[in-house]
Amino acid sequence: MSAPVVTPENSASMPVQPAASSNVIVREKEAIRSWKAPISFAVFAALATVLFWILGKDGTSNFRLSTDTDLIQINSVDLPALATGIVISLALILITALSFWLSLQKRPTPIWIVAIYGVLFMVGFLTWAGVGESILVPGLLLGALGLSIPLIFGAMGGIISERVGVVNVAIEGQLLAGAFVSALVASVTGSAYVGLVAAMAAGMLVSFVLATFSIKYLVDQVIVGVVLNVLVLGLTSFLYSSVLTQHSSELNSPPRFDFIPIPLLSEIPILGPVLFRQTIIVYLMYIIVAVVAYALVKTKWGLRLRSVGEHPQAADTVGINVYMTRFWNVSLAGAIAGIGGAYFTLGSVGSFQKDMTAGAGFIALAAVIFGRWDPIRALLAALLFGFATNLQSVLAIIGSPVPSEFMLMLPYIVTIIAVAGFVGKVRGPAASGKPYIKG
Amino acid sequence: MSDNKATADSVETKIAPPSRWNVALNEILSGSIIISILSVVLALVVGAILIIVVDPKVATASGYFFARPLDTLGAMWNSAFGAYSSLFQGAIYNFQRPDFAAGIRPFTETLNFAAPLIVAGLGVAMAFRVGLFNIGGRGQMLIAAACAGYVGFAFDLPPVVHLVVAIAAGLAGGAVWGGIVGLLKARTGAHEVIVTIMLNYVAFYLISYMLRTPGLLQAPGSNNPKTAPINPNAVLPDLLGSSYNVNFGLILVIALTVLVWWILSRSSLGFQFRAVGENPNAARVAGIRVDRMYIYAMLISGGLVGMAGIIQVLGTVPSGFSSGIDAGIGFDAITVALLGRARPWGVFFAGLLFGAFKAGGFAMQAAEGIPIDIVLVVQSLIVLFIAAPPLVRALFRLPTPVGEPKPVSLRKPKLKAVAR
Repeated sequence: MSAPVVTPENSASMPVQPAASSNVIVREKEAIRSWKAPISFAVFAALATVLFWILGKDGTSNFRLSTDTDLIQINSVDLPALATGIVISLALILITALSFWLSLQKRPTPIWIVAIYGVLFMVGFLTWAGVGESILVPGLLLGALGLSIPLIFGAMGGIISERVGVVNVAIEGQLLAGAFVSALVASVTGSAYVGLVAAMAAGMLVSFVLATFSIKYLVDQVIVGVVLNVLVLGLTSFLYSSVLTQHSSELNSPPRFDFIPIPLLSEIPILGPVLFRQTIIVYLMYIIVAVVAYALVKTKWGLRLRSVGEHPQAADTVGINVYMTRFWNVSLAGAIAGIGGAYFTLGSVGSFQKDMTAGAGFIALAAVIFGRWDPIRALLAALLFGFATNLQSVLAIIGSPVPSEFMLMLPYIVTIIAVAGFVGKVRGPAASGKPYIKG
Repeated sequence: MSDNKATADSVETKIAPPSRWNVALNEILSGSIIISILSVVLALVVGAILIIVVDPKVATASGYFFARPLDTLGAMWNSAFGAYSSLFQGAIYNFQRPDFAAGIRPFTETLNFAAPLIVAGLGVAMAFRVGLFNIGGRGQMLIAAACAGYVGFAFDLPPVVHLVVAIAAGLAGGAVWGGIVGLLKARTGAHEVIVTIMLNYVAFYLISYMLRTPGLLQAPGSNNPKTAPINPNAVLPDLLGSSYNVNFGLILVIALTVLVWWILSRSSLGFQFRAVGENPNAARVAGIRVDRMYIYAMLISGGLVGMAGIIQVLGTVPSGFSSGIDAGIGFDAITVALLGRARPWGVFFAGLLFGAFKAGGFAMQAAEGIPIDIVLVVQSLIVLFIAAPPLVRALFRLPTPVGEPKPVSLRKPKLKAVAR
């Protein structure tokens, strides 16, 4: 009789039954026609067409897909640069058109389309930049993952802290404290595992200060965060210059974690060696991301945490202790970020250096916001930043056709465009940044 | 005992309203000035403890502590006193110099370090007042420095005009770099923290490219990523003659402080800024164009932070600059703005204090071998303590002023038995 109302939400799953519509509450979503995604797509598609097609070069790019030590060897792939450029440019234009069509239908562009677009663009870019060269794909991905790991831990710490209502600008400080203490403790005890636990304790200590000042003394959370970064930087640099450099063999030469290949999984072509021939810190990262992503929305802990971050008054009314929930979850966030700090010393470099995090905490903060306070999205954002940072070392080897500085700039410009185009107005946890005073 | 208590009680009951003197004393004790002074003292004490702990002389003396305890105490005193006296002599007045003219030199060094810190701090503070967090000081400084520097060495103009044009170019550069952030925030809602961080990197690589490309910023006939020296006509003149480092930039900074004070507390633009900063939704309802305020605020903020870059290029190092010209001022400015509580004159004095620490820190490092990083620790502790007056009051047993929020007790409140 009455035509079923087709909204983006129910059209895909099931037709609305007229009889049930009276007692089923249909969530109505305001359909907004947003042109940000298609316009951003169009910009990059135009860039791709100009660079890979019109300015495309003859020749082939070689992609090596497996290293010599892999069990399953895959032959390297030769991609003809110009043909690949044309195919990819056309594909990007098609996706752009699809996105325009979706916007005309008042439907948003799904995140997986954005992901496919990004991967296609990168393949096109590498083929174009690496003409006549050979690119080791597992090496590229491995380096990217390595650079992302501290960012991911930092972002998870940031998410937990912000979802419970305390803005965490102190991620940088937590990472740096974790790096310093883990190097020191692991050197003294001779055990990397003790160093890892110490790093968690160090991150937690920074969080204690953040929590005490912002929750108990009601100091502006951004102020405490910024100041803590400076404090930790000053303390670690001071102790490094005055103590660690004089006794570097006893105090600053920690053992490093061994690589633990996981049987079978580590033999998967391309991804296996990247993901499953790693140190314990990386495996810890998989577990923590999975647990945080699940627990934040599916457990009592997550519900309480989010309720305190969104509406502390309501949470208090139903008997949740807002202060303690905030305090301990901020501490937990510090411990997680501390592990990320340990990765710098026990996982990659092998000794503590002055200011060795070099702004990773701020990039992690950007990943939190870019990822809209969602663990999985933040993970993807952190991986993107890691990949972008790693790209510069690859480009240094294969040589880049345009000045290398512009290549290095590209990831940051992409991020700005992405933030302006895809993410748009982000809404953090409602009560984040506001101290709670029981009234 | 009991007599004393009785008299105290009777005194208290007799004088129902506390005397004016008492009120005044109470206000001073609980006021913000004493809190600030005590915060500085506390931070210096913590710094002294750190210096003592890592001093090898103290460690040696403490090896025979039980035989000669005074040696340890003496070494501790020497360590802390030596550090702070060299800090003071490097920042304010050097008593070892023969006359006043030479003795006061360190203070002019302080002013020289303080000028860019103050003006960058003003920029960050301006953004704070509109509710924006400008971490992009580095990028804004680099772009402004490049613009001012390029005009400074590439053009050939008459004396005063050249300086004015160079400064204007730099201001425009910084303002544009900051304005991009405001524009994106206003038009697309892009979060300013992400955009400013990303623009820092973009600016750094852009300047690095220009510095190594002949014809852009690189000095002709050189292979180093460094510019040619600034044309003498565009250099900020020395204020006190060539024997002191302080330049005309300081006057500009003082003028800008007054200007920012005027904008924020006397102009209608400043009123709208503050309204947006307090509550953007309420401001929108009241008819303020919040989006425009974001753009204007970031333009001004970027220009002010850029001024720090201009002072660096045209005043502090006019011999040509490289990509490290920002010298971390963009980040220090955040702490300066916080210490000054985003108030123009607060920022001014916070910048002076941090400039003194910077000047003194270098002297201390040279004289006593104490790493300058201790200055960062002391600076951040000062900001932390000043931001938490209840903590300082609790440590020094000071009275809590009326109407001030008390620190929250984290424990669960104990349920009292309810009488039925």
